[in-house]
Amino acid sequence: MSTTLPPSPSALPEKNPAQSSWGRRLGKLVQPLVLLAPAGLWLLVLLVLPTLLILELSLIPGFRLGQSAGGYGLGNYLDIFRPGNPYLQVILRSLYFAIGSTALTLLLGFPVAYWIAVMAPARWRNLLLVGFVLPLWTSSLLRAYAWITILRPTGLLNGILGAIGLPGQDWLNRSPAVFIGMAYSFLPYMVLILYASLEKLDKRLLEAASDLGATPRQAFWKVTVPQTLPGIAAGGLLVFIASLGDFVVPELLGGASSMTISRFIFNQFLGATRNWGLGSSLSMILIFAVSVAIALLIKYGDRDAV
Amino acid sequence: MSEPTLLEEPVPQPPKAKPQGKPKLSWQMLFSVLMYGFMYFPILVLAFYSFNASRFSSNWGGFSLRWYGSLLNDSRIQGALADSLTVAITAVVISAVLGTMMAVGLAKFRFPGKGLYRGVSYLPLIIPDIAIAVATLVFLVSVAIPLSLWTITAAHIVFCLAYIAVVVSTRLAGMNPYLEEAALDLGATPLQAFIKVLLPELMPGILSGCLLAFVLSMDDLLISSFTAGGGANTLPMEIFSRVRTGVKPDINALSVILILASGVLAFASEYIRYKSTQRRLQG
Repeated sequence: MSTTLPPSPSALPEKNPAQSSWGRRLGKLVQPLVLLAPAGLWLLVLLVLPTLLILELSLIPGFRLGQSAGGYGLGNYLDIFRPGNPYLQVILRSLYFAIGSTALTLLLGFPVAYWIAVMAPARWRNLLLVGFVLPLWTSSLLRAYAWITILRPTGLLNGILGAIGLPGQDWLNRSPAVFIGMAYSFLPYMVLILYASLEKLDKRLLEAASDLGATPRQAFWKVTVPQTLPGIAAGGLLVFIASLGDFVVPELLGGASSMTISRFIFNQFLGATRNWGLGSSLSMILIFAVSVAIALLIKYGDRDAV
Repeated sequence: MSEPTLLEEPVPQPPKAKPQGKPKLSWQMLFSVLMYGFMYFPILVLAFYSFNASRFSSNWGGFSLRWYGSLLNDSRIQGALADSLTVAITAVVISAVLGTMMAVGLAKFRFPGKGLYRGVSYLPLIIPDIAIAVATLVFLVSVAIPLSLWTITAAHIVFCLAYIAVVVSTRLAGMNPYLEEAALDLGATPLQAFIKVLLPELMPGILSGCLLAFVLSMDDLLISSFTAGGGANTLPMEIFSRVRTGVKPDINALSVILILASGVLAFASEYIRYKSTQRRLQG
């Protein structure tokens, strides 16, 4: 019975055993609760429950506020995807704007991010990056509004085009204005994420490629792009998600013919139609589309960059 | 900014040190300059026209401060600004407390369902505003809570606390984990260790998270519109209802004021970040 065990390291610092071990055990239970419960409850009550509620509403065909519900069913979803109804068009248009502005921001943002991260002097890089994303701090509403001033028929763009003898453009309230507005809104996000990815670029591989006889173009496609692919995926998906759910740009710059999901949902709730069931099902489709994009992001994207 | 580990091989210095003087003129540089122009051009246009005496803002009618003057007499704009500030400040203060506690709790403890909790805490950053707005409205209506300034604030706390928690988490991840343990070993109570050791170390993260959340709250249109009811009117709601019908010169003046204000906040945020990384590099 008297085998002497070496004292286990965890037992060593135990100064006042019985009494405080209860207190400590209680503390171990209470501390996480104190720290995590308030925020958790807030999110549960004001985010999770409401989302479950619109999931429920989306399953009540034709639900309108103040009317008795007509029982559960998939009617709203079937309506959305029924050919002949305009709703599918709205979804496709949103996808078109989102994919287009993702491609546009990638095209415009990559050279900028590359220049800041790889070519500009190292001590300027932070300043250059901050300078590029600074406009993000200003109101998205006012940034879209600024483009109205520029793009409207009697606006600055046509003033400039007219002065140099080019034909005027009528872009406002049509899709070019939406693309310009979205590219403008989301370009800083793209540059920020691509920068994070390009900053980690191993330049020795580029040197090696050029030593081995690769042209700059070959080195770019075979060395730079594969290394930054996770960043490109992350930036692309983030801009895609943001532009898919954007309300302000299509509303202010797109005009009546560019109805997107976000504006359509807005109208179902606060506009004249008041079809909450249909609006809820479109919200659920939007959430679903974004979830798919997030799943892709987690799988392929550079999670460090986001 | 991870510290170099012993496993990492020393980076061989390139034999010929390239002169790091002026950046070489390249098409990437020219293109970047063009894109900087693209980013600032609309803002400059707003500023330019805000001093335009002419109501039809495509023509230059001479320099004037009349649109700034008309803002001073615009009680709707001032009321909307007051509403926005009330919402943003209240939401940010509450979110700073809840968000910091959440970030610390997530960093400190393991518990069943932690992954789910963390996932839910990221949701406000991911779900489009319109979906959050719709869901919150449906919820408030179904539990018969009257819409007001306070329902806007409660809804703003949802995304503000998520953003603050993310920023604080990033700061926590780069922190020396032994500081707090050392304090506990030296006899501090958990609360003392939290207030005297952890909180000061987290302060730059909390502050820059608060600035970010404040700007996002001041910018929010959709969630406010859905949770305002008839009583409250925030600045974005007021601006939106004016500009959707065309160009309003007094909004140009308001834009300039707001852009300057957010510029100050952006610089403050960057300065806090810069200072705190400097301190960390020295310490």
